[in-house]
Amino acid sequence: MSVSAIHDDHHDHGPAKGLMRWVTTTNHKDIGTLYMVTSLIMFMVGGAMALVIRAELFEPGMQFVDPMFFNSMTTLHALIMVFGAVMPAFAGLANWMIPMMIGSPDMALPRLNNWSFWLLPFAALMLVSTLFMEGGAAAAGWTLYPPLVLQTGAAFPFTIFTIHILGVSSILAAINIIVTILNMRAPGMTLMKMPLFVWTWLITAFLLIAIMPVFAGAVTMLLTDKFFGTSFFNAAGGGDPVLYQHLFWFFGHPEVYVLILPSFGIVSQIIPTFSRKPLFGYSSMVYATASIGFLSFIVWAHHQYTVGMPIEGELYFTYATMLIAVPTGVKVFNWISTMWKGAITFESPMLWAIAFVVLFTLGGFTGLMMSISPADLQYHDTYFIVAHFHYVLVSGAVFAIIGGVYYWLPKWTGRMYDERLAQLHFWLTTLSVNLCFFPQHFLGLAGMPRRIPDYALQFAEFNAWSSVGAFIFGFSQLIFCYIVFRCMSGHGEHASGEVWEGASEHGLEFTLPSPAPYHTWETPPNVH
Amino acid sequence: MKKLMTLLAVSGLAVASEASADYALNLTEGVTELSRDIHDLHMLIFWICVGIGVLVYGILVYSLIHHRKSKGVVPAQFHENTKIEILWTIIPFLILLGMAVPATRVMIKAYDTSGADLTVKVTGYQWKWKYDYLDEGVSFFSTLSAKSNEARQLGSGIDPATVDHYLLDVDHPLVLPVGKKVRFLFTGGDVIHAWWVPDLGWKKDTIPGFITDGWATIEKPGTYRGQCTELCGRDHAFMPIVVIAKPEAEYREWLAAQKGAPIVAVDDSASHQEKSNDHQPEPLQVAAATGEAMSSAPAEIGEPLTQEVAMTLGKEVYESHCQSCHQANGEGIQGLFPAIHGSQVVQGPLAAHIQLVLNGKPPLMASFRNILKPQEVAAVITYQRNAFGNSTGDLVQPADIAAH
Repeated sequence: MSVSAIHDDHHDHGPAKGLMRWVTTTNHKDIGTLYMVTSLIMFMVGGAMALVIRAELFEPGMQFVDPMFFNSMTTLHALIMVFGAVMPAFAGLANWMIPMMIGSPDMALPRLNNWSFWLLPFAALMLVSTLFMEGGAAAAGWTLYPPLVLQTGAAFPFTIFTIHILGVSSILAAINIIVTILNMRAPGMTLMKMPLFVWTWLITAFLLIAIMPVFAGAVTMLLTDKFFGTSFFNAAGGGDPVLYQHLFWFFGHPEVYVLILPSFGIVSQIIPTFSRKPLFGYSSMVYATASIGFLSFIVWAHHQYTVGMPIEGELYFTYATMLIAVPTGVKVFNWISTMWKGAITFESPMLWAIAFVVLFTLGGFTGLMMSISPADLQYHDTYFIVAHFHYVLVSGAVFAIIGGVYYWLPKWTGRMYDERLAQLHFWLTTLSVNLCFFPQHFLGLAGMPRRIPDYALQFAEFNAWSSVGAFIFGFSQLIFCYIVFRCMSGHGEHASGEVWEGASEHGLEFTLPSPAPYHTWETPPNVH
Repeated sequence: MKKLMTLLAVSGLAVASEASADYALNLTEGVTELSRDIHDLHMLIFWICVGIGVLVYGILVYSLIHHRKSKGVVPAQFHENTKIEILWTIIPFLILLGMAVPATRVMIKAYDTSGADLTVKVTGYQWKWKYDYLDEGVSFFSTLSAKSNEARQLGSGIDPATVDHYLLDVDHPLVLPVGKKVRFLFTGGDVIHAWWVPDLGWKKDTIPGFITDGWATIEKPGTYRGQCTELCGRDHAFMPIVVIAKPEAEYREWLAAQKGAPIVAVDDSASHQEKSNDHQPEPLQVAAATGEAMSSAPAEIGEPLTQEVAMTLGKEVYESHCQSCHQANGEGIQGLFPAIHGSQVVQGPLAAHIQLVLNGKPPLMASFRNILKPQEVAAVITYQRNAFGNSTGDLVQPADIAAH
């Protein structure tokens, strides 16, 4: 368990003892740890499902699983990675870091915080349990498109209930974060002095509050279509299956920015520290993030270029989507300008941040290509998009999270991680991620559809490479688990308060001792 | 992008050394004007991205090499520059504008289905395609070829490499004339599918209850293959598309053969594009085999069936329409698709069995009333009641079906 447990000497009271500490805790650091550990477990569960997928796809022919189970794997892999791994990881980082970064003693709503976390493991458990229900887990893809999703067996209502619970959990966490940021800042910490990580989370939280109810509503309409005789998505009753897609992507597109904006924040914290330079274009970073947040609401149907929208719709969504490249480009240029003429060192967090900039940008390029609707008539629903969103979500979101963990782990645990192992972890992961996902661009362009358990022979070789990459990637993460576990169990060199050279100039959190005491900023700092 | 170029080069070498002709790294140019336009647009955006990539990654790499602490650099402290920030907001915007113009042009072209020479209606079913030549009264189903289907079963023991066009071959391909503007109308019979032949340059979703459209003027005779690209359930990967483009005269010949052959043989050959083109159907006493072309005259009842013929035809119908859910061994999939073997419906009263097949069981099972002919329904019910260990001894006649 967290090292903070043994560190309460200069405070009135520390954490409670035993298991109940974790059940009843209202401490932002404890809850942050709970989120992060849950996220890591779900990352491994979702990863195991990805390996089932890649094992089946290693060569042509059906070797291991029934196609139905394969479809359940693709569906659950995505749902678990999105809602069980990446979002909780961000929530964990927010809990740990936002109060420490803005000089607040805790989150504004500590009990709500406890509840929003504890909804999560039960929802995750229920989702995984659908695998064992009659008819198997949902197998219609994470988008849950009707009419196909209505063919789900006993798992159907449980899958939807899971989404409802996850939605409640996200909304509560988002409310808490907004209230904390707007009300709990230390004197002098004006909005435009907030660290970028705080800014990106503030905008993300607004996105979450806006979109989760839409998703919950859409899946509830599925529920009533199946069990209560409504026809929202059934043409025979006057409904429209495509209506669901509009609702889903009105949620789904901002959702992918929920998965990436906090990553932008993390990277914007790491790069200045290891470049020993202030972040370039701070205010344009804030405006760019806000623009991306706004644009994310008006581009959703670019996921539906092939449903037969009117030409005006196709063109509008093409133009609007292309616009996103502008603020995203600004961010990339700013990161590079931050490094320009800095004094760069390459500790693990910086390696992950640089890899993020390079690989996320690559994913951005393919994103731009797909924004062009006529070209997307070819790319749509092929491995090209699979490659695209794994570049932005794995080497984007996940890389940023891992980088953030290395960056703040010494602050959390008071221990320095093993730098050599961490470098090994970085290089294995980066090389294998590219081996896994790069060939998928070729597969998609050559005509391989996504979500298929078996394929024609001309796709064999790239699939074999991709599977090898996936397995190396998966097993490399065990190194990460080991590194984190070592620090959490009190091994490794003691970390200083500043942790990284000059880091105290880049964030309030590095002016605190390491490990961060159980209670921090009981007296708010004065920010100039 | 550097990575991309290296990888491209490396993969190029690998391909060359294996002389694997089928290999593709890039989007096909296809065989229509539209597909070429889309390919060109794709290459244009690709090279723009490569250009930006070289610039951005170049600056990044330069900085990583020259601005490192180990070189003794003293970090600069600048943190903004309004001019350059405005510049790198405006320049990308202008580049995007340059991309939007050709994109708009091609998209408008892709949507122009006017002035078509013929119209084919494409209906997606779990997990097969139905093609209706609307002006000709010709219609048939197209399903995965038997050889591929056998090889793709879990633990089949058949090496996919021994199957011609593994997973990309069908029993009855779509035949189209070269040089004619073909308009496609798409709809779904059960769930959403998507019809994609990369050589035609686009894909379109087939949505139950709605009609979407697309068009193609194929320039070169040949065989073009594609797949369903919208997840549509268990056998989504196993409903390929094969389009054979023929010169006008040959197409006419093929069409005439389809019309003149309301009674056709059960086609048990597996992969046979060429064969089925000049295929002279042997007249079999009975009814049309599933999927084989037939004129869509109002459902004729047909002659009575003998047990033997019903079982043969029934097996064919079962394999095309029932097997993907109820399985080749009739055991179904637990919790999802009930077994035929020992089924209470199959062993119970005949009327209920006929009702179930004709009306389906929404949302899982389609209604076969408009999909199958009375003879086919009679045959497949006879087959189900006398196969998979069921032995009711019933022989169902087309007249029994017509009565429902």
